[in-house]
Amino acid sequence: MGMLTAKEKVKVELQSESKVETVPARDKIVYDTKNLNLWYGKDHALKNINLSVYEKEVTAIIGPSGCGKSTYIKTLNRMVQLIPIVKISGDIEYRGRNILDKAYKVEDLRTRVGMVFQKPNPFPKSIYDNVAYGPRIHGIRNKKVLDEIVEKSLRGAAIWDEVKDRLTENAYGLSGGQQQRLCIARCLAIEPDVILMDEPTSALDPKSTLKVEELIQELKKNYSIVIVTHNMQQAARISDRTAFFLNGEVVEYDKTDTIFSNPSDKRTEDYITGRFG
Amino acid sequence: MNISTDTSTNTKYINQDVVEKRMNTRLLKNKIAKGIFFASTMFGLVVLAILIFRVFSQGISWINLDFLTGRLSNNPDRAGIMGAILGTLWLMVVVAPVTMLLGVGTAIYLETYAKKGRVHSFIQANISNLAGVPSIVFGILGLTIFVRALDLGGVVLAGGLTMALLVLPIVVVASQEAIRAVPNHLSEASYGMGATKWQTIKNVILPAALPGILTGAILSLSRAIGETAPLVVIGIPALLIPFPGSIMDRFTILPVQIYYWTIDAALVAEYANLAAATIIVLLIVLFILNSTAIIIRNKFQQRY
Repeated sequence: MGMLTAKEKVKVELQSESKVETVPARDKIVYDTKNLNLWYGKDHALKNINLSVYEKEVTAIIGPSGCGKSTYIKTLNRMVQLIPIVKISGDIEYRGRNILDKAYKVEDLRTRVGMVFQKPNPFPKSIYDNVAYGPRIHGIRNKKVLDEIVEKSLRGAAIWDEVKDRLTENAYGLSGGQQQRLCIARCLAIEPDVILMDEPTSALDPKSTLKVEELIQELKKNYSIVIVTHNMQQAARISDRTAFFLNGEVVEYDKTDTIFSNPSDKRTEDYITGRFG
Repeated sequence: MNISTDTSTNTKYINQDVVEKRMNTRLLKNKIAKGIFFASTMFGLVVLAILIFRVFSQGISWINLDFLTGRLSNNPDRAGIMGAILGTLWLMVVVAPVTMLLGVGTAIYLETYAKKGRVHSFIQANISNLAGVPSIVFGILGLTIFVRALDLGGVVLAGGLTMALLVLPIVVVASQEAIRAVPNHLSEASYGMGATKWQTIKNVILPAALPGILTGAILSLSRAIGETAPLVVIGIPALLIPFPGSIMDRFTILPVQIYYWTIDAALVAEYANLAAATIIVLLIVLFILNSTAIIIRNKFQQRY
């Protein structure tokens, strides 16, 4: 069907034009991905990824469906390893330590790196218990401390005023947008360093999406954020850097302004101008 | 992508005249099929209705307070089934916790900890096989291990452990299904915050799966207290024993009592009525258990 030839073409192009992103030394690197390859069984889903995530920035990952962007973000907290057939090679250094090292305890990693999922996924528990879940599993039992964490996290996720009088109610009574902000609050409650967001607004209406986007702008003052989105306008609006993924490879990674105003790769330009994807 | 919509050539493949001619035959066949399937459904129902009618007409007049609270006796007019009722309750006391612990434990291991592979499929296949093993084989197993090797004798503990093994596959399979039905995104949320597997199981998976697990456990209990063969093999005495007061006492249960009264009905005709009356009591107990299971299932279904 000509698929193979097209794929080969992409490969050849990439080899001939491969660029190494030059890193400004003053920005602190949180995640440094080096030669990451990932397979689902025989399917080569991530090919030679080299990418650095910087502190207190929003890093957006864009690309068409099936390009590996969700796989990549799930590799950053090793969530991808919940799938038994996954094989990984290469290094991902988080604050200088390789998280793919067997000695790196995944529970430890996920305490520092929180995740917000595509579909709002609160537990079928009260709003309070949802937020207190993380602190509790990390051993905090003191009611006063928990109260403080819950309030601080809900305020941090800009949902405190909406739920402060109904903390004991089931989280399923909230609207979709509120549920997603609750999930962000739940993530903040473990006091993470990095927040990974996997298409956090794709299940939300425009108004809720706007609220979450504003929230992300607020959060980046204190957290480093990696966000996968299939919405290019969203990437342009909220991110500092953007990586464009295609067929499991990073085609281009640069400052968001540059990517959207002056992309250096033809395929990036084709994608952001809506010619495919 | 262009589908040709050219209709200029007017060849039709379906001839309306032929269709009309065949119409009556087609509709008739449909009616016959419906009739056959309706009859199949009714057959089971009618047989059940006849059975219940017979049991009730034979036994209902024998049920009274003395019958429910009395001891066993050779004299049909004075015989009561309190011993069998207590024996059934004691049996449940052993079966319920043992199956819950072993069954839910197995299900948790297979669904969350075990690596999916050959060993996993092998265990899974054997659990299904175990569910198909005839109950009398479990009786022989119980006789060999619990009654003789462990020298427990025909006591509640031996009978209960045997029954627990018998219904274990039911609990395992039901619990596995309940655990599998918990949406992945819930456990992912928990793992994503750095929870261990056990914390996730304890706080997220088990609470969500509990209704399904309870349903399976109750259904397995009702299976256990309705089984006869394993306990007959173990050697449950026919008559005249004191009420069981602990799991180390000898006992009898309702279906075993029904069994003995039915075979002895050749000697004393009234035993048939006693058996019928006991069946009614057993059916009511089973009905209550199964209804509880259904209520739990409906009440807690799909909350996420």
